[in-house]
Amino acid sequence: MTTTAPAEADLHDSPSGAAERTPRFRRPGRLRRIGLPYLLLLPALILELLVHLVPMVMGMVMSFKELTQFYIRDWGAAPWAGLDNYKVSVDFDAPVGEALLRSFLITVAFTVLSVGLCWLIGTAAAIYLQDPFRGRGLLRALFLVPYALPVYAAVITWVFMFQHDNGLVNHVLHDQLGLTDKPSFWLIGDNSFVALLVVSVWKGWPFAFLIVMAGLQNIPKEQYEAAALDGAGMWQQIRRITLPSLRPVNQVLVLVLFLWTFNDFNTPYVLFGKTAPEAADLISVHIYQASFVTWNFGTGSAMSVLLLLFLLVVTGVYLLLTSRGRKTADV
Amino acid sequence: MSSTSQAPRSPMAPPRSFFWSRRIFLTLLTGFVLVPVYVMVSSSLKPLADVTGKFRWLPSELTIRPYIDIWSTIPLARYFVNSLIVAGAATVCSVVIAVFAAYAVSRYDFRGKRVFTVTVLSTQMLPGILFLLPLFLIYVNIGNATGIALFGSRGGLILTYLTFSLPFSIWMLIGYFDSVPRDLDEAALVDGCGPLGALFRVVVPAAIPGIVAVAVYAFMTAWGEVLFASVMTNDTTRTLAVGLQGYSTLNNVYWNQIMAASLVVSVPVVAGFLLLQRYLVAGLTAGAVK
Repeated sequence: MTTTAPAEADLHDSPSGAAERTPRFRRPGRLRRIGLPYLLLLPALILELLVHLVPMVMGMVMSFKELTQFYIRDWGAAPWAGLDNYKVSVDFDAPVGEALLRSFLITVAFTVLSVGLCWLIGTAAAIYLQDPFRGRGLLRALFLVPYALPVYAAVITWVFMFQHDNGLVNHVLHDQLGLTDKPSFWLIGDNSFVALLVVSVWKGWPFAFLIVMAGLQNIPKEQYEAAALDGAGMWQQIRRITLPSLRPVNQVLVLVLFLWTFNDFNTPYVLFGKTAPEAADLISVHIYQASFVTWNFGTGSAMSVLLLLFLLVVTGVYLLLTSRGRKTADV
Repeated sequence: MSSTSQAPRSPMAPPRSFFWSRRIFLTLLTGFVLVPVYVMVSSSLKPLADVTGKFRWLPSELTIRPYIDIWSTIPLARYFVNSLIVAGAATVCSVVIAVFAAYAVSRYDFRGKRVFTVTVLSTQMLPGILFLLPLFLIYVNIGNATGIALFGSRGGLILTYLTFSLPFSIWMLIGYFDSVPRDLDEAALVDGCGPLGALFRVVVPAAIPGIVAVAVYAFMTAWGEVLFASVMTNDTTRTLAVGLQGYSTLNNVYWNQIMAASLVVSVPVVAGFLLLQRYLVAGLTAGAVK
């Protein structure tokens, strides 16, 4: 407070006397310059602390407590549970741990498939749309529609399409193409995994498309011209110039897609409701259910912390591997 | 330079395989993208009998009834206004705060700069589920202690949403501001603008595409969020993301109305997004992707 006040005063005085300005202005000016970046960061910092960091620390504390609905009013009073919540979560022979492990494995499989497909489709579409042709602008706009749609509007349309009796998917597969003996259930049972994957890819690939498209614009045209002079064909140009140039973009893109998909709550929640079918029981919904449906917040918090640790380790290893690969590739 | 000397060879024509594979791929992808959009539009114009019986590609008769009924089946207008207020306010606040923070990181050297950027970005990693309950408790406690109602109010939701888009916005704007030549704002400083004057008169106008991109992103994030909206709103503050579920909790599932309502709530964001996508790509090119 005291450091900024004189600086403010000087600012207002400064136009009056140019002669005396220089000696008086120097010291507060420097203080101001040092203080200014922090002042600019302050709102962002306070909000991040309030909404992300403090709750995260609180969540960690809660994971060591026996926190049920009786203690919600005054959670500090809940008895300490030591490592009990963690023991329950990772005891894979008991029902709670077993269910968590299964949910985790399903999430891993789902994430790998979804991110892989999103990346593949997005990259292919971006490369195919790189050179101008008739209708390119229209396609580009159209391809961004799934990403622009609000999640619930998009997913609820898929819910309608996946309906057993009146949905489009069964109508096409069973009635029109005759591929199945009888109409299938898509939102319960094993098929729900496929349904979730389709919706997730439909919704997610345009983001990859968008980022890769932006990345392509940073590749200098001269590189292609030089390669063309060397006699490299279209496919070779894509393999030798386009894909390697996209490496740094892909490094970030794949990581972001991975984190978003792994933590995705909105898609399964709108698709299946509060309790997801076993085959599509993603970890975020699983933990939500453990906390808010069975009212066991301590265990829910412990599971969240475990999830966070897993994501931290994966991100760390990923960044280490990809940046090392990049360095050696450069040499 | 050299390309002009060998004019016939330089724009090498892509092989046939490129064209037919492009045609097949883009056709399939267009179908995949369009089918749900078609279902949404066509079903919203169908009478109820068409959507409760077997699926039909074409409506038995075209009706705009669903578009009239959606407003009375649930208080859609109220949810709409709530969503507009929440997403609008979150966007404005998020963009302003991100501009300040990104300007500081882009133009100043200070202790803790790296820690700040890394911390902010790593919040993207946090599972929403980890801080949902603590945040809920913090809001309730702030409410009890100060009388500022955050839980159940639009304010609490605005606060939450604006921090969701903040990390990505700051990150993207840092890249964008870095691409605005420093000479420009230094000239403004010499001309007697303060640092904030330089920011708003020089840097911000030069970075408009990036700022628009960030605003679009922030608005979409807030407009579509479900998890926090489902826990932190009540009847009067409910947003569209949660409110739309009202069409299917009744005895009959009014699919035609659900599709009509989905379309109505999508049009503002999709239209805005498509109008501004040029900026988004430009913003990403200059900022995040570099």
